Amino acid sequence: MPRLVNLHPSRGTGLLLGLLPFVILVFAYVLGSNARLAENPDDKLLPAPSSFVETINKYAFEEDRRSGQRLWWVDTGASLKRLLVALTLSAALGLALGLAIGAIPYVRSLLLPFVAAFGMIPPLAILPILFIVLGLGETAKVALIVIGITPIVVRDIALRASEIPSEQLIKAQTLGASSWLLAVRVLLPQLLPRLIDTIRLNLGCAWLFLIAAEAIASTEGLGYRIFLVRRYMAMDVILPYVAWITALAFFMDYALRRARRALFPWAESV
Amino acid sequence: MAEVKIRRLWKEYGAQVVLENLNLTIADGEFVTIVGASGCGKTTFLKMLLGVEKPTRGEILLDGQPLVYEPAPDRGIVFQRYSLFPHLTVTENLLLGLELAHSRVLGRLFGRARRQALERARALLEEIGLYTARDKYPSQLSGGMQQRLSIAQSVICQPKILLLDEPFGALDPGITADMHEIILRLWEANRMTVFMVTHDVKESFQLGTRLLVFDKKRHDPQAPEAYGATVTYDIPLNRNRYPIAA
Ligand SMILES: Nc1ncnc2c1ncn2[C@@H]1O[C@H](COP(=O)(O)OP(=O)(O)OP(=O)(O)O)[C@@H](O)[C@H]1O
Ligand SMILES: [Mg+2]
Repeated sequence: MPRLVNLHPSRGTGLLLGLLPFVILVFAYVLGSNARLAENPDDKLLPAPSSFVETINKYAFEEDRRSGQRLWWVDTGASLKRLLVALTLSAALGLALGLAIGAIPYVRSLLLPFVAAFGMIPPLAILPILFIVLGLGETAKVALIVIGITPIVVRDIALRASEIPSEQLIKAQTLGASSWLLAVRVLLPQLLPRLIDTIRLNLGCAWLFLIAAEAIASTEGLGYRIFLVRRYMAMDVILPYVAWITALAFFMDYALRRARRALFPWAESV
Repeated sequence: MAEVKIRRLWKEYGAQVVLENLNLTIADGEFVTIVGASGCGKTTFLKMLLGVEKPTRGEILLDGQPLVYEPAPDRGIVFQRYSLFPHLTVTENLLLGLELAHSRVLGRLFGRARRQALERARALLEEIGLYTARDKYPSQLSGGMQQRLSIAQSVICQPKILLLDEPFGALDPGITADMHEIILRLWEANRMTVFMVTHDVKESFQLGTRLLVFDKKRHDPQAPEAYGATVTYDIPLNRNRYPIAA
């Protein structure tokens, strides 16, 4: 009898196993919802699955009576735009600073302690400052995300840069590399896969900051909607929105993983 | 090719004397093999020739000029491991030296310059038997293939001096014969002065035109760090070999 650690499921079995927890969750929800609704037909906590279909239909495919817009897509567009702008800025800033810190000892001495200290500021604590200084518009929301995740990206990229064996850097110099060429031909390409990993790991934080900012001051967005309808205990809106946010985040993570594999095939085995 | 003169060279790390009073003149095109006990300072010696470590006292002259204490294209190095670039294919690894030397902003060659560089890389790849693996990444190569590529990568930049730190130390004895043939061929064709550290005494006799043995002349059992190693034997070998015979 082989050991448990040596038993591998086949492709199909693996897929089924992966689906199992989801199926159980849905099943448990339906049971719970049915039980509560049987007791009290007006129960709001666990609405029937059919009411989700109604809500999604209303939000995604019918125009809102007041604004004349399809709210689901307006919210999704607004949130995704904020998130993508912020992630792009964080990635660019994090890569540039992380590379400089990792490669140049003087910059390291200058910036690393500052970035480390700055990263300890709880971003939500300075959200009021951002709203006061930058106003209630888009800038403050994007800034919150950027401030929240950039220090982590910088430190992770700098860490990776310092892990690159010194043999490689010395070798490149004996092949004629200047500091600049060392950065663009040796360090930068080896940091890009790690940048994707870091962004993937920080997606959850980015969504957290986005929803927090939208909940406090916004006129549209996925987080704004959830907090708006909370007043009416509209679980039939909140739950589909949460599921949708989860699906979006899951898809972004998946897309980044595929991009890493396609763009940096050499990084799979190291 | 370059003549290397070493005068009254000392290297200390804190209170530990690693090398003491080295005096050597290495002629153009010499193939120097270096053996010695583990920890006696062979790698330290290569690092000083490479320019990443400074001597505590004394000087190194390269063709009469003081050595620049920074790695430079006139001195190539092959480490025991980690000297290939994992994000570049075999061809790209080989091309890198030419690209860095000729394109100071982008570090890349295009058009005709690139085709010429590829032609050179191709010839060298065939010589070291890696042409069929030209599109693989270093992690997909065997240890012997990686070391051959690393040597070729340095040689393509035509350094005056090639430093090898136990390049075949991690390899199967079965394939070292091939490696020896390749390194000798590259040495003869490129007229470099070679310094090669090895643990294998037989290898040092086979390859070198001059063998240096590093050892401590004085030894104090109470303070093992007080005295450093120096060259205790300096043996000319294989004097008939090209290019020293020339
Ligand atoms: N950066 C350093 N700081 C302090 N001591 C060092 C440093 N580098 C080397 N040493 C010491 O110098 C001595 C010589 O080291 P070196 O690496 O040159 O030995 P080696 O002859 O190459 O040995 P091996 O055959 O095992 O590779 C060792 O005792 C080592 O502890
Ligand atoms: Mg050594």
